[in-house]
Amino acid sequence: MEHWLDKEPRLRASIVVPPQSPTMAVEEIERLAGDGRFVQVLLPAACELMLGRSYYWPIYEAAVKHALPVGIHAGSMYRYAPTSTGWPSHYLQDYVSNNQLFEGQLLSLVSNGVFAKFPDLKFVFIESGVSWLPHFMWRAIKTWRGVRAEVPWVKQSPAKIIRANIRVTTQPFDAPDETVVGRIVEEIDCDDMFLFSSDYPHWQFEGDAITPPGLSSSLLTKMRNDNPLATYPRLRETV
Amino acid sequence: MNAPVDILHPNIEMDARLGIIDCDIHPFPRPGALATYLPERWRNHLAEYGQMTCGFYAGRGNYPRFQPYLSRRDSLPPDGGPPGSNVDFIREQLLHPYNIIYGVLEPLLGGNNSRNLDEAAALCAAMNEWQVAEYTDPEPRLRASILVSLDDPDAAVREIERRAGDWRFCQVQVGGKTTEPIGRRRYWPIFEAVLKHGLSIGMHSGGTQAYAPSPGGFAQFYVEDHQLGTHSVQSQVTSLILEGVFDVFPDLKIVMIEGGFGWVPQLGWRMDAHWTKMRSEVPTLKRRPSEYLKTNLWYATQPVEEPERPDDLRQTFEWIGWDRMVYSSDYPHWDFDDPHQAWRFQMTAEEKCKLLHDNALAVYSFR
Repeated sequence: MEHWLDKEPRLRASIVVPPQSPTMAVEEIERLAGDGRFVQVLLPAACELMLGRSYYWPIYEAAVKHALPVGIHAGSMYRYAPTSTGWPSHYLQDYVSNNQLFEGQLLSLVSNGVFAKFPDLKFVFIESGVSWLPHFMWRAIKTWRGVRAEVPWVKQSPAKIIRANIRVTTQPFDAPDETVVGRIVEEIDCDDMFLFSSDYPHWQFEGDAITPPGLSSSLLTKMRNDNPLATYPRLRETV
Repeated sequence: MNAPVDILHPNIEMDARLGIIDCDIHPFPRPGALATYLPERWRNHLAEYGQMTCGFYAGRGNYPRFQPYLSRRDSLPPDGGPPGSNVDFIREQLLHPYNIIYGVLEPLLGGNNSRNLDEAAALCAAMNEWQVAEYTDPEPRLRASILVSLDDPDAAVREIERRAGDWRFCQVQVGGKTTEPIGRRRYWPIFEAVLKHGLSIGMHSGGTQAYAPSPGGFAQFYVEDHQLGTHSVQSQVTSLILEGVFDVFPDLKIVMIEGGFGWVPQLGWRMDAHWTKMRSEVPTLKRRPSEYLKTNLWYATQPVEEPERPDDLRQTFEWIGWDRMVYSSDYPHWDFDDPHQAWRFQMTAEEKCKLLHDNALAVYSFR
């Protein structure tokens, strides 16, 4: 508040909460929710338990109560190895595998019934990559069809739940050219999901090529304006 | 998934055109069958202590698997043994109706995952002998895998040397998860031995459970764990490429089994995108990371992803390359893929022939 919000009215803040203690996380949400400049609850992408577990549900309940989405950003408490087969030698390998973390959390959220319990809750996946979504959804559909009796609260295809409740920032997109970007957008089949992001000032920042190549102007408008306003309802109060 | 397969009315027209190669068939021992092939010292040891894996002592997995033996209900053989234990029934239910000319045996019995390295070597040797004596000898269309323990490269190389000349073995099989990422140098002597004998590696999803299945922790349900298995496959591919294994061993051929394949194009794009920014961290890498996906790796198709629009799968095949895909059924497991029904888009006869037949011939040592 002191260093950012009071000095630059265009910036909005995230409520950073301690996932180590959902009780204290809820207290922090309650403390700050009255300030409309806080627009989301922020969690790291890897905590002590997977994010679908009911341990975290008080955080989600508080978020829904105050119409806040939950953002999860690439980052980890490193309670577990960065891959399921151990510790790689390079930062590049860690970074490449990072989308697996988001995929695992997405499976956890859907399978544990977070969106059956909180149908209005939106999760924003920040710096998760984008192009993994189609094949992830195809496999999730297949496995769910096979063993859905295990999770009877998941009443519709995981792909439908994902389109309704997950939003994803567009940097990095992870596609080589505009043909592939176009195809991936088509396969995801939900223009509402995309939110523009720059990743400034990190060195992964894409510079002039700040949006993925080849997006239609109507989709660019949606991802820069309409979708963020729908995902972060508190932005509408002042824009 | 439990609809009985119509084994009395095979697709004769298709059979006349095309003999199929199935890269993933799971044999399973009748109770006590493996003991025949173990020295007395290890029979006694295992009877007293059980297998020493990174998991439960009682020989079960972390999750209830939702199906007895993970298997199709109709795969229980008439003799009352477990699915995959009766060669006659495999012949009747799989090889004959689908006209399978070669089937690669992929035992998933954890011999290669033991923390006790001597136990691992004894179990791998026993399982290797069991496969050929009880499957390949009575049914030569079924070809065995040389099981080795990755945690003991010396013993692994010895086991490869012992079996490599035997036509009944068609590949070296390793578990999908390892104690360290598979590209690290401790494993290189195994790659060297595989190449020396003109063999290939089949890396089957599963393996040691030394780490959480996700960097976010442990899943609650099998429906999650089943899909998370694809991540270990992707991490191993990343490791093999970025540790430079294919630069040191350019002729090494590896088939990734039971991880699906939908992820292959995206992994290539992601590796390339971030390698472009961080290539100075891996300065010795000779090619763009995605190029190795098209020269050294093959992908066994099961479980075939199921997009809402069937033609999206054709696009995925085209991104990966029709020469990289090998058919696998996963018989007798519940998520069995039928070679004629697993894909809902139209293939040309030529494409189908590559997928179901030709590509596997380019990898495996069928002698």
